[in-house]
Amino acid sequence: MDLDMIDWARAQFALTAIYHWLFVPLTLGLAVVMGVMETIYYRTGSEFWKITTQFWQRLFGINFAMGVATGIILEFEFGTNWSNYSYIVGDVFGAPLAIEGIVAFFMESTFVAVMFFGWKKVSRGFHLASTWLTGLGATISAWWILVANSWMQHPVGQEFNPDTMRNEMTSFFDVALSPVAVDKFCHTVLSAWVLGAVFVVGVSSWYLIKHRNTEFARQSLKVGAVFGLISSLLVAISGDHSAYTVGQTQPMKLAAMEALYKGGNDQSLTIISAVNPFSQPDWQNQDEAPMRIAMPYALSFLATRDIHGFVPGVRDIIDGYSTSDSTSEMRLSEKISNGHMALEALADYRKAKQEGDSVTMEHAAEAVKERLPWLGYGYIEDAAQVVPYIPICFYAFRIMVGGGCLFILLFFLLIVYLYSNEITSRFKFVRLGWLTKRAKWLWTAALWCIPVAYIVSECGWLVAEFGRQPWTIQDMLPTWVSVSALPASSVMTTFFIFLVLFTLMLAVEISIMCKQIKKGPEL
Amino acid sequence: MRGFWNKAWHLYYDGFRNMTIGRTLWAVILVKLFIMFFVLRLFFFPNYIKQHATEGNEAEFVATSIIPPQNK
Repeated sequence: MDLDMIDWARAQFALTAIYHWLFVPLTLGLAVVMGVMETIYYRTGSEFWKITTQFWQRLFGINFAMGVATGIILEFEFGTNWSNYSYIVGDVFGAPLAIEGIVAFFMESTFVAVMFFGWKKVSRGFHLASTWLTGLGATISAWWILVANSWMQHPVGQEFNPDTMRNEMTSFFDVALSPVAVDKFCHTVLSAWVLGAVFVVGVSSWYLIKHRNTEFARQSLKVGAVFGLISSLLVAISGDHSAYTVGQTQPMKLAAMEALYKGGNDQSLTIISAVNPFSQPDWQNQDEAPMRIAMPYALSFLATRDIHGFVPGVRDIIDGYSTSDSTSEMRLSEKISNGHMALEALADYRKAKQEGDSVTMEHAAEAVKERLPWLGYGYIEDAAQVVPYIPICFYAFRIMVGGGCLFILLFFLLIVYLYSNEITSRFKFVRLGWLTKRAKWLWTAALWCIPVAYIVSECGWLVAEFGRQPWTIQDMLPTWVSVSALPASSVMTTFFIFLVLFTLMLAVEISIMCKQIKKGPEL
Repeated sequence: MRGFWNKAWHLYYDGFRNMTIGRTLWAVILVKLFIMFFVLRLFFFPNYIKQHATEGNEAEFVATSIIPPQNK
């Protein structure tokens, strides 16, 4: 297989997914903000809240329109660049993606139309319901996409059929409600809410900096900051649970996120260390990354819920290990051997099928089933192949967590600022002059947090997807087996077409969005 | 029932007619969809397996491509 082709196919998929993810979180986040604002309008009947809702709805509409169908390109890539993968997972992905398509089409397209066109046509209650249902439709769509992604991280509820050469779904509920899917959905959607909230407080802050539409901006800031603080605290909780699930289901990903080369009990969580960002570290010979500052016992607690728990490092996973609570991991060499046996059994099955030898087919199918969890290891030739690229996992994880903490602080300070009069009149001993006098700094910080939120959000996906490498389906199918036998040049061509197209589209979106923000609400 | 369809028709018809920013957005959406479905999909993103495997023989095609020679 042409190695360049794999790299270009991965780069193209990453480019498309990153671009697609620029639109999705804002849609999910703004949908809730709009819903909250319109609920206030519904309850108070205040024209101010109607206009405020309409303004944010306009920005939602721009983002929604520009993001429409960007995800479909990923499906084009599946069929062309990732044909083996696409064929093998087709049966498992079919149901969630079909449900996603139907829900997205009927629910979103119906209620989006009522939301935008129905202000003077339908009752206030029906309009409010349409706004919430637009958000709900988008969130349900996200669920099914995330179910498909989670299945790649933790393939459950399926069995491999050597006859059709496909993974076939055996339990819809195991696929839809796997612990990885539930964690991923909660963490991803909540993080999208945070991004939406950052966007609202950032844009509102711009009006305050410019001394324009101040009442509108202050009220929007209140909704955004409260919603953002709640969401970001929930993201922290869901993130903690996600990390635990990763520790249980994808220990190599956790080891890469932590740059943990040699694990053990009582593991501390790395806050920062000098991992070389440009090359894979020497995990074979180092025990930990240089200049490490760490939080004692925190990694053991995060991964095992026990401060003394055993957390495997990269080398432990390769060499195999067993712990006092009888958790054990097979050596990589044994996994490779099992993988070879699974592939040989698969080859025997296919040969027997051609020869019409049903007895051999039955035995071979049993052998494939028995060793299916290691099938992908049959393609591994070198231990280095099973180690994800550590620098990206390590730094992306830290940017994600650091950004999350920054947003909690930002929302907290904004709430304190916005309610400073109430706080100081109720608690006489509290002095908030240090904050109220520097309000402009806070607004400027909120404005700059908009791009930061996008970077943080994308980093979350980098951790999830780079951490899964080299697998497209965890332990079952590596990237180099998933791709089509295409020349690298053809993928390279479409990569650059996308790059130009996406850059243009993004420029258009930012320009339309900025124009509308400059225009402001029609108060 | 007829009243419902009438109202639904007017919702969309009046909505599209009175759009301001929406017109630009629809233009962008249509250009994007055209490029995606009539340029990229048709000329750059064929279904690889359909193109290379004979009909009904897709499983064999995938098996041949994913089972390494040493395991055969």
